[in-house]
Formats: sequence, C-alpha cells, structure tokens
Amino acid sequence: MPEFDEELIMRLYKTMYTIRSFEEKVSEQAGMGMIPGFMIHLSVGQEAVAAGVCAALRQDDYIVSTHRGHGHLIAKGASTDRMMAELRGKETGYCRGRGGSMHITSVEVGGLGANGIVGAGLVIAPGAALSARLRGTDQVAVCFFGDGASNQGTFHEGLNLAATWKLPVVFVCENNGYGFSTPQSSHQSIGRISRRAEAYDMPGITVNGDDVLEVYLAASWAVERAREGAGPTLLEAVTRRWLGHYVDDEDDYRSAEEKAEFTLHDPIEQLERRCIEQGLTSTSQLERIRSEVDEEIERACAFAEESEEPSPEDDPGLIFSGGER
Amino acid sequence: MAEDKAPETQFLTYFEAVRQALKEEMELDPSVFLMGEDIRYSIFGPTKDLHLEVGEGRVLDTPITESAFVGAAVGAAITGMRPVVEIMFADFMTVCMDQIINQAAKIRFMTGGQVKVPLVIRAPGGMLSSSAAQHSQCMEALFMHIPGLKICVPAGPVDAKGLLKSAIRDDDPVLFFEHKALYFASDEVPLDPRFTVPLGQASVLREGGDVTIFAISGMVSSAVSAANSLARDGISAEVIDPRTLVPLDTDTLLASVRKTGRLVTVEEGCLTGGVGAEITALVTSEAWSDLKGPVIRVAAKDQPVPFSPVLEAACAPNAQTIAAAARECVGKN
Repeated sequence: MPEFDEELIMRLYKTMYTIRSFEEKVSEQAGMGMIPGFMIHLSVGQEAVAAGVCAALRQDDYIVSTHRGHGHLIAKGASTDRMMAELRGKETGYCRGRGGSMHITSVEVGGLGANGIVGAGLVIAPGAALSARLRGTDQVAVCFFGDGASNQGTFHEGLNLAATWKLPVVFVCENNGYGFSTPQSSHQSIGRISRRAEAYDMPGITVNGDDVLEVYLAASWAVERAREGAGPTLLEAVTRRWLGHYVDDEDDYRSAEEKAEFTLHDPIEQLERRCIEQGLTSTSQLERIRSEVDEEIERACAFAEESEEPSPEDDPGLIFSGGER
Repeated sequence: MAEDKAPETQFLTYFEAVRQALKEEMELDPSVFLMGEDIRYSIFGPTKDLHLEVGEGRVLDTPITESAFVGAAVGAAITGMRPVVEIMFADFMTVCMDQIINQAAKIRFMTGGQVKVPLVIRAPGGMLSSSAAQHSQCMEALFMHIPGLKICVPAGPVDAKGLLKSAIRDDDPVLFFEHKALYFASDEVPLDPRFTVPLGQASVLREGGDVTIFAISGMVSSAVSAANSLARDGISAEVIDPRTLVPLDTDTLLASVRKTGRLVTVEEGCLTGGVGAEITALVTSEAWSDLKGPVIRVAAKDQPVPFSPVLEAACAPNAQTIAAAARECVGKN
C-alpha cells in the first residue's frame, strides 16, 4: 500500500461518515414524512466513490452529479445545513427550495448540479471542461454517473466529444450493479463498463469502489492527467447500493442474501479496520470524529426545521436572470 | 463633405447580417464562442470561414452530436462563457430536447438562481425549396410552452443583426430562429457596433385602422404584401411583427387591436397549438370588449411539410391567403 498521510485518511473517513450520517438522517426523516416527496435517492454504501474522487479535486474544480447526489456534494465541501434545508424545501436551502434532493446544487463549491435526467451530466461536464480551457484555467470537471446511464446516448456522445477535443474531464461511473430495479447483466452485454473507454481511445480503469484509498489513487491519477492536458479518463468504481433506488422503493427485486452481503463491503468499516491495524489512528479518535459529525447533522436538521418556507412570489424572478452583459 | 463620413449602413443579406452580429460580439467579448456542425463550412453562410477572422479556437466544428454540443454549451454557459451554438436545421432540436428543455431552460430556476445561462441557440427553420418534413418545420410555438427560454424570430436583416447582438448579450438562454427562405433577403443594416434591437419590442411595419395583422418570421413580408393589396381595396391593415415571442410585446399588440378591433395572426408553423392560438387567447381575454369579430388564424396545415413543390406551396400561407383572411375578418370577402 502506498503511503497516505494521516490528515488525508482522516479527511476521507470524516467525509464518508458525514455522507452516511446525513443520509441515514434523511432516510429517517423521509420515513416520518418530514421531507417532501419520494424522489430521494440515497447512496448509503457508495460513500467511498464520492469521498475518494472529490479528495483528488481542488475547490475550483467542477463536479456534475446525478439523482443520487448528496454524497458528491458533501464530499465537494457543501455545508450539510443548507443541504438539509434544501431537502426540506426551505428558503435557506442551496436552491431556495426550488430543487430539492434531486437537483441539489452548490456552485460555490464547484457542484454544478445533481440531475433528474439519467445521463444528462455526461454532456454538461465536457462543457464545463471546455469552458475552463477557453478561459485559460487548469480546472478539471468530474462527471459522476451510474451503470444505467452508461447506456444513454449522452454517455457515448459525451465521451466522444471529450476524447476528440482532449478535454479535462474524468468520467466516474459508479457501478452499483443496478439501474433502478434492472441488474447490470440485464441492461448491458458487458461486465466492465471501463472497457467502453477503448472505443473512445481514452484510458479505462476499474477499481474497487468500496475501497476509498483505491478510488482516491485512481482519481488522482486521472485528475492530474486531465489537468496536464492529456485528456479524459473513464474511471469505473464498482460499488453497492445498500438501500432501494429511492426511499419508498420496496426493493423486492434483490434477495435478502444479496442484500446481507452488501454490508460486508462497508467502505467506512474497511477504512476503520485498516487505520487501526496500521496504527494510523485509534478507535477513540474515530469515535470522536463520528460524534462531531453526528452533532453537525443534528444542527443541520435544527437549522432546516427552523428555516422559513419559500414564497411563491419569488418564483417568477427566478425563471430568467433578466440581466445582460 | 459627405464622402468623408463613414457610411452608417451597409447593404447586407440576412445571412451577412447574422455573420456581422456574431463577429462584432466576438470582437467585443472574449467569452463568446461558436459551436456547431460544419459551421466553418456553413451551408447558409453566416459562419463560413469566420474562424479565419476571429480565431480557430472560437469557432468549433463539432461531431454530429447535438446532445453533446448543446449539453456542453449549457456546461460552458454556467461556468462563465457565452456559447452561441448552431443547430443546422431547427428540426434537429428534437435530438437535443433534454439539453434545451430540462437543462438550459430549468437549471437557473432549479438551482434557486445560482447560475446564469447566457446561451444562444441559432436554428434555421421554415420551408425552403423542397427540404421536406424533417428539414422545414417551424419550431417556435413548441418552445413557447417552456418557461425559461427566450425566443427570437427575426424577419429581416436589420432585426437579425440587432436581435442576435441582444441575444448574445442576454444572460438567459435564447432560441434564435432564422428563417431559411430569408437568408438572401437584403436591406440597409446599421454598422455602428452599438446598434442592437432589444428583446421584447415589436415593430409596427405598417399602420392601419381596419384590421391588425400579427405576423412572424418568414410570414412578415407576405403580410406586408397582403396589406398593400388590401389597401388597393380600401382596407387599411396594420402589420405588427413582434420580433420576439418571449418576451412578447403585448402592449403594442393590444394597443393595435384596441384600435382596429380585428386581428389576423400569421405564421408558417402548424395551426394547432401554434403561436396564433396563444395570441388569440391573449387578445380575447385582454381586449374582448374591443373585438368586433372573431380572430382568424392563418398558419400552415396540420401536417408534415411535403416534398413536392406543388404540395409544399399548398401547405404554407402566402400573401393571398393572408389577404383573404383579412377580408373575411373585416367582412368584405
């Protein structure tokens, strides 16, 4: 195993645990009917991908996210209070209650938007990367998407454009084995999605998406490569979606045995074990991180609870900016 | 001495006016750049060899991949650039509907105003010379239904230049429908780089007191011809070109209808769910007491545009059908 400094490992641990704690709270509050709607897609079990990839990015780099996007935004540095407020549909939320879970966005941390259309980001991320090049910066754009999205036309169009123009994009496929209820074996003829990179003459790598350090290493390589002008990479992270596709999903298309196995690959526990075995940290230090995070999430819930509802009177002013150069 | 003064206008075709607007705005603002299929070649001419004048990096020929380059334009627009993309034929907008409707139009609202989307999509529409059903459609009515998109329908070279410059400077997504049959129409076009035509300001092309003819895009010149022939019959028609459908200059339209009491709408798009349907609903609800009779809509037939020149001509309105509608409207048919 390469050397990792303790600060990085603690940061990765804290990020993953923050995502877990945030989403477990969201799941609980959704169950209590506190969060409007049912379009809430949780990434419990997939935290290592968001944490590992975003740790390889700078603050001014971009991410384009998916419908399952809470983890990406937390990992990019968004604050959990404004996220929780957004999920509750409050005016203090990042999107002033106009987006909700599925469209959660924080441009100030480089999060260009979760997206309700599967595969939509695959063509938006190359545009952010093109913009960086035209503006003369060395920013990189990361595009998160799932195995399901890899069958959309936008996957092929986005990879083709980015490869042809050698744009600084990292395409991160979170392969959790399912497009909603449809297993990967039923929705595509290949197992390793990274093989599709060959068709666009870009590197394709598959990593264990439950191993945050492995994700981080691969992402760092791809990000630096993009930053140096060598073009895009397709990085596939094989992971597991512990919960249903959305909060009300009965998830009866997966057997109890299959689901029981998911937790054996818990990315947070894996990192914990590794840290302690290698003497990088102590159980009490990890416990302290967890309790700090849990308190942060409680504060986020309180902030969201106390925040005001948005006003329909403000809607018309948000359709157009009304401005001009 | 008159000959010492720089000319204030230049006689330009519509496509040259579009080109001049693009060039002027690119010279003015380094964040403006162009993307599209074969735009350096440019079938209709507006962007032909423009890269030689403004720089290779600012006129990008894309693969044939509407979803990718319109999606990329959204990504570029929300990160500080002002992309102007060309959809080679407006009909091809159907290939990138997600990028236009779900992304460009909604992203500002969905993010609570965190982003601006200064994006222009130029799209040549309308019938020209047997282009048939997939290269002839007028798409503007379809997009009027989508909040978050501005829509320009320039009917001549002056407006093409002035509106395109405003569209590029605008911080919101603008669909800019050029009409293919107008590309070689010509006029004296202002040369002052400060010249623009603001979005949302209709133009009254002919004043009249008996009937208002509201016409857009390729139908405006036919409406003016119709008004001229009506004048010979003693019918005084007022011709209004809204120039932009979103925002719509309702004040000018309603003032005209309140004066004439009669309205004919004219468009080259299909009748059902067309621009005229919306205008009719607007006028009947806002100026009902001033109307002296039913509004008449003149539009293309509700059918795909046919290939045969005979069938194609029969599908679209023309000056004669517009004049006939106006006569019916004033009860002199």
